Amino acid sequence: MRSFEKHLPEFDARRIRVIAISVDSPYQSEHLRETQGYRFPILSDSNDVVIRRWDLVDPHAGEGGADIARPAEFLIDSSGRLRWVNLTGDLRVRARPQQVLAAFDSAVR
Amino acid sequence: MKRSWNPGLWAGFVLVLLGVLTYPFFFARFAITRDFPWANLLMIALAVVLVTRGVLGAYRRPDQYRGKVSATILAVLAVLVSGLFCYGIFSVTRRLPASHGAPRIGDMAPDFTLPDSKGTPVTLSVVIRSPFAPSGVSAASGSGQTAATVLIFYRGYW
Repeated sequence: MRSFEKHLPEFDARRIRVIAISVDSPYQSEHLRETQGYRFPILSDSNDVVIRRWDLVDPHAGEGGADIARPAEFLIDSSGRLRWVNLTGDLRVRARPQQVLAAFDSAVR
Repeated sequence: MKRSWNPGLWAGFVLVLLGVLTYPFFFARFAITRDFPWANLLMIALAVVLVTRGVLGAYRRPDQYRGKVSATILAVLAVLVSGLFCYGIFSVTRRLPASHGAPRIGDMAPDFTLPDSKGTPVTLSVVIRSPFAPSGVSAASGSGQTAATVLIFYRGYW
């Protein structure tokens, strides 16, 4: 997330929107945006509705055994079609912004 | 002859702790040292060499170095700590669901509406077809439609 914030100008230059989603409440997400200086929107899926529909649930991995989202990144073109997907096999290894930009440059543009 | 304490052993033990603790507090911040923790593994490897030499010294030259017992305890602790680190790094963080039902390349993104951090409902299908609004400070107001959208699902901070 921090690295995406850092590369936001490159996403802006390509007219790519960056949107994050987690189970955090809007209040918690707003706190995160303020303290971390994230300028992209963070959506709140407190009841795992979207996370479940997209089959991205990491069961009982949250505080108090709550279901949360596994890390995943998706690139969606202007028609709503998925052009690039990253489902990491390791929590520590997330998509880097450069990967997404490269995917856009080769698969979408 | 006065027996001296065993500096290599203690240096090795401190290095094990540093090798483990600098990962969450420092090296995990950078992709190049996070994705594969080579910096921390190097520190731990060096520490293992130092501790091993320290233990050998304590046993082979008890006239020179004191503390066979403390050397053994430190060595066991060092092995435990570095073992836990490797277990955490190479096993725990890889326990992720298969997500076979997740949308794939070529699929249409399943639509949804969720509140943003200000409580305003955001609908995916509307966003991806809307005129682009830069999220960066004031990058020359993007004229034209949104070219693409990146969705980042993350664990959250609860």
